[in-house]
Amino acid sequence: MTRLLPLFAFLLLAALFGFGIWYNTKHDQQEIVSPLIDRAAPDFDLPVLGDNSRRVTKASLLGKPYLLNVFGSWCIECVHEHPVLMNEARALGVTLVGYNYKDDPADASAWIAKHGNPFDVIVADRDGRGALDFGVYGAPETFLVDAHGFIRYKHVGPLTPDDLAREIRPAIDALRRENR
Amino acid sequence: MRRALLLLAALFFAGACLAQAIQPLPFRDHAEEVRFQKLSAQLRCPMCQNETLADSNAPIAHDLRMKIFELMQAGKSDDEIKAYLVERYSKFVLYQPPVEPGTWLLWFGPGVLLIAGATVVWIQVRRRSRMAADTALPPADSEDDW
Repeated sequence: MTRLLPLFAFLLLAALFGFGIWYNTKHDQQEIVSPLIDRAAPDFDLPVLGDNSRRVTKASLLGKPYLLNVFGSWCIECVHEHPVLMNEARALGVTLVGYNYKDDPADASAWIAKHGNPFDVIVADRDGRGALDFGVYGAPETFLVDAHGFIRYKHVGPLTPDDLAREIRPAIDALRRENR
Repeated sequence: MRRALLLLAALFFAGACLAQAIQPLPFRDHAEEVRFQKLSAQLRCPMCQNETLADSNAPIAHDLRMKIFELMQAGKSDDEIKAYLVERYSKFVLYQPPVEPGTWLLWFGPGVLLIAGATVVWIQVRRRSRMAADTALPPADSEDDW
């Protein structure tokens, strides 16, 4: 029995390291789980991109769930994400709000003109101060906010069709069931 | 001699330039700057895997340093500033995680392991010394075994 002890110790360590490898392949180490989920979205009051006379606030978006997509013309991954928003996200049946993050409005408008505009409205957070309240630390990031202004889901990184089918759509369906 | 002094002075100021390179902020006094540096060195940049807010050049680290500076100007304590960041970016930003049930393993695990190891060694040593006493071998020639 005592002879087998080193073997047990080895197996224990192997199991521990094996778990570490498995865990790290399943979880994105870069991703921070937002502490804001299921909490009220922060208040914001931001100008519409390209039209500073119009403003969008948290209150003005209440009443209907919306996806808030943080993007920027400087963001490389956003280019990869954009076709997904253009082709599939519009069919989700929720308002799409573009959150232009730390961007020059002219660059952002040119980027949208080039790649297409999937959004119902785009707000511009030029210095990124409002985004701190959302816990944004890069782009793209996507938030699902419900009709009462609560953040229900957050996705970090570019959305793929798979993310939409497996995570966003079920989350939106769950919101619909709640409201019924 | 004069040239050496000049060089020394230049080197001295080169250090000062480097310190300012990341972001010059209008601190009220030196104590405030020291406090800022200390606080931002205790916080982790959310974008980068292992860089403090003080060290990181990522845009988000820049923005968060600005925010910390602002909150300091507004008279917030270090704990309040940390709470502000944790509320938005989770405990990920704290380099020193708080002691709470979720982090007990992290905080006390090494101590527990140390005590367990020491206990095993202690038991082994006692058992062997008892065995040696039981067989009562004369301690002759023990040096040759080495």
